[in-house]
Amino acid sequence: MIAKNLIYDGTFDGFLSAVFYVFEHKLKQVRIQNEFTMQQGLFSDNETIVTEEVKANRVWKGVKSKLSSKGSYQLYYAFLSEQIGVEDFLLDYMRYAFEKKSNADKDYSHPSVLKIAQLAKSVGREKHRMEAFVRFRLTKDDIYFASIEPDFNVLPLIEKHFKRRYADQKWVIYDIKRGYGLFYDLDHVEIINMDFPAGFDFTKTESEFFATQEFEFQKLWQDYFKATNIESRKNMKLHIRHVPKRYWKYLSEKQPN
Amino acid sequence: MIQKILKKKEEKELSFQRTQEKLKILADAAKYDVSCSSSGSKRANTNKGLGDATGMGICHSYTEDGRCVSLLKILLTNYCIFDCAYCVTRKSNDIKRAAFKVQEVVDLTINFYRRNYIEGLFLSSGIFKSADYTMERLVAVAKKLRLEENFNGYIHLKSIPGASDELMREAGLYADRLSVNIEIPTEAGLKKLAPDKNREDFIKPMVKVKNEIIQYKAEKKIIKTTPKFAPAGQSTQMIIGASGENDFQIMQTSNHFYKNYNLKRVYYSGYVPISYDNRLPQIGSAVPMLRENRLYQTDWLMRFYGFDVSEILNQQHQNLDLDVDPKLSWALRNLHEFPVDVNTADKRMLARIPGLGMKSVYKILNARRFRRLNWEHLKKIGVALNRAQYFMVCDSNQFEKRDLTPEKIKGLILQNSNSKYQKTLSNQLSLFS
Ligand code: SF4
Repeated sequence: MIAKNLIYDGTFDGFLSAVFYVFEHKLKQVRIQNEFTMQQGLFSDNETIVTEEVKANRVWKGVKSKLSSKGSYQLYYAFLSEQIGVEDFLLDYMRYAFEKKSNADKDYSHPSVLKIAQLAKSVGREKHRMEAFVRFRLTKDDIYFASIEPDFNVLPLIEKHFKRRYADQKWVIYDIKRGYGLFYDLDHVEIINMDFPAGFDFTKTESEFFATQEFEFQKLWQDYFKATNIESRKNMKLHIRHVPKRYWKYLSEKQPN
Repeated sequence: MIQKILKKKEEKELSFQRTQEKLKILADAAKYDVSCSSSGSKRANTNKGLGDATGMGICHSYTEDGRCVSLLKILLTNYCIFDCAYCVTRKSNDIKRAAFKVQEVVDLTINFYRRNYIEGLFLSSGIFKSADYTMERLVAVAKKLRLEENFNGYIHLKSIPGASDELMREAGLYADRLSVNIEIPTEAGLKKLAPDKNREDFIKPMVKVKNEIIQYKAEKKIIKTTPKFAPAGQSTQMIIGASGENDFQIMQTSNHFYKNYNLKRVYYSGYVPISYDNRLPQIGSAVPMLRENRLYQTDWLMRFYGFDVSEILNQQHQNLDLDVDPKLSWALRNLHEFPVDVNTADKRMLARIPGLGMKSVYKILNARRFRRLNWEHLKKIGVALNRAQYFMVCDSNQFEKRDLTPEKIKGLILQNSNSKYQKTLSNQLSLFS
C-alpha cells in the first residue's frame, strides 16, 4: 500500500486539521509534514490539507477530553519543537490516547508518549530560559526591546508571562530566527513583523536607537554582575551549564564594556 | 544658559559615577549571603502596575561561581557598629564604606526589573547607629517600592537583630520574605566570634514574624482582604566551617529552626576566609563546598524525602560522609531494609532507594499502574541505576544476588561514578537543577 503524505501549512491548527483528515479517512499508513520542511517520499501520495479551525477545534477538544491538562500541553509544546518528524509521533500518541480509556499521558513506557514528554521537556526548558534571558533595552521611543534566537518556537508560550509582568511598559520581543515578534502596547499583545535597517546589529546598543540612560543601566548591571561573584568559588563549567554560550550574545551582563 | 546645561550634565555624570561606586562596594559586601530564592510568594500584578511575584522564581543569570542571580542583592550600607569576626563588614576591617540613599535603591530596583534582569530586591544592611534606625530605612525602601512605584516584584528584607516589633510588623506588610541570619550554629561559637551579640536578639524578630504570619493566616480565614504578611515566609543562614561545629550540631540547629519558627528555608554557606583573625580559618584555605553540598542534601532528605534528621546524623554519626551522598550512606548502614521491590513498595520506601529522586518516585508510581516495570523501563524513566541496582528488585530475574558487604557496594558504586562525584563537588546548585 502506498503511504499517504499529508502536507499542512506549519500552524498548529493546520496540523490538527491533518489529524482530522486521518481519522475521517481511517488512514493507516500516513505521514504528516510541514510544507516548509517536508521531505519527499519516493512512492508517496501527496495530499495538501486545508487548515480549518472548526475541524482543528474538534480534534483538540477530543484530545483534551482524553488527556490530563499536562498531557495536552505536552502535545502543544512538543509541536512547537518544530522537529522533523514530530508530527508522526504526535499522531501516534493521539491514536494511543483515543484507544485507551484514560491516563495515556502517564504511560512513559509507550515510545511515543515518552518521546513527546521528552520533546515537551526540552521546549519547556527553552521557554524558561527565554523568560530568564530576555534582556530589554529601552529605545528612544520608549519601548523596551529584546531580541532572541530560541532553539524552539517559544514566543507563543512566553507571551502571557511577559504581559502579566510588564503591564505598565511597552515592549517588543523579537525572534530573529523566525522573523516575527510580540508587541505589547499597554493594552494587548499583537504579533508583528519588523523591517530592520540593513546591517543592523542586534547585539549592539547603538545610541542612534537606544535611550541615553540605557547605557548607564547596562553598565551598572555589568558592575553588579561582577561584584556579586565570589572569585574563590569560581566554577566556569557549572556557569556554562546554566548559561550555555549560545545565549551570551544577547545578555547585557556578557557584553564587553 | 549653555553653561547651566553643561553643569547639569556634569552633575548627572557625577551622580551616575557615585551610584556606580556604591553599587560595586555594596554588592560586593552582600554577596556572602547565599539565599537567592525568589519563589513562594503569591503577589500578583495589581492595577496594571509593574511586576508579578506569583509562581516560581526565575534565575535570570548565573555568576561565574555558578550561583543563581535572581535578585538585586545589596547592602543599604556597609557601615557597622559591630565587630563580628566572620563578617567583611565588621567595624575593625579596613575597607571602603558607602551608603545608599533610599531613592537610589528604589531606582536601581525598578530599572533593573524593567529590563528583566531580576525578580526583585534582596536588601540587607550593616547596623549603623542602632537596630531600629537601620530597620526603619530598610522598611522605607520597601514601602516606597510598593506604594509609590506600584511594584509587585519580590522583596526580601533582612530583619535586623534587635529591631522593634512594630518595625518588624511593618516590614512584613511590604516584604515577601524576611530573614535573620543566625550565622553561627551554636551559642558557644557565637560567643567566641561575635562577643557583643546574643542569640536572643536574633530570635526575637523571628518569633515576631512567625506570630504575625500565624495571625495573618487566622484573620485571612475571616476577612478576605487582610493585607498580605510576608507571603514567602522566613529563612535563615548558617556559616559552615568557621567555628568548628560538626554536622550533627548544624543539622540539629537547622531542624530546631524549621520546627519552632516555621522557617521556609535554612541556607548553609561554606565560610569564605576573609580575615587573618586567628579564631578563624586563614585566608587561602579552601571553601568547604562539598561539605556544604552534603548539608543541603541532608536538608532536602529531611524536608522532602520523609527522613528524620536523627536517622542521618546522631551520636554515632556526627559527620556526613564526603565521598558518598547522605542517602546512600544511610542505606549502606541499613542494608536490612533492602532490597526494595519497585513494583510493590510504598512511596516512603521508594524515596529511600539511593539514586531515586522524588520525580522518579512519582513516575514509577504512575507507570507501574500500567505494567510491571523492568530495568529497561526504569532506565528510561531516568533512575540512576548505577547506584539503585544494589538496593532494588524489579520485574526481571536479573538482580544483585551476591551477598555484598556495605564496603563492597560502596566500592563498586564509586568505581563507576567518577563523573557523578565530580558533579556534586561543584556546589549546591547541582542539587536543585
Ligand atoms: S552586625 Fe552584621 S554587618 Fe555588622 S559585623 Fe556583624 S554580621 Fe557584619
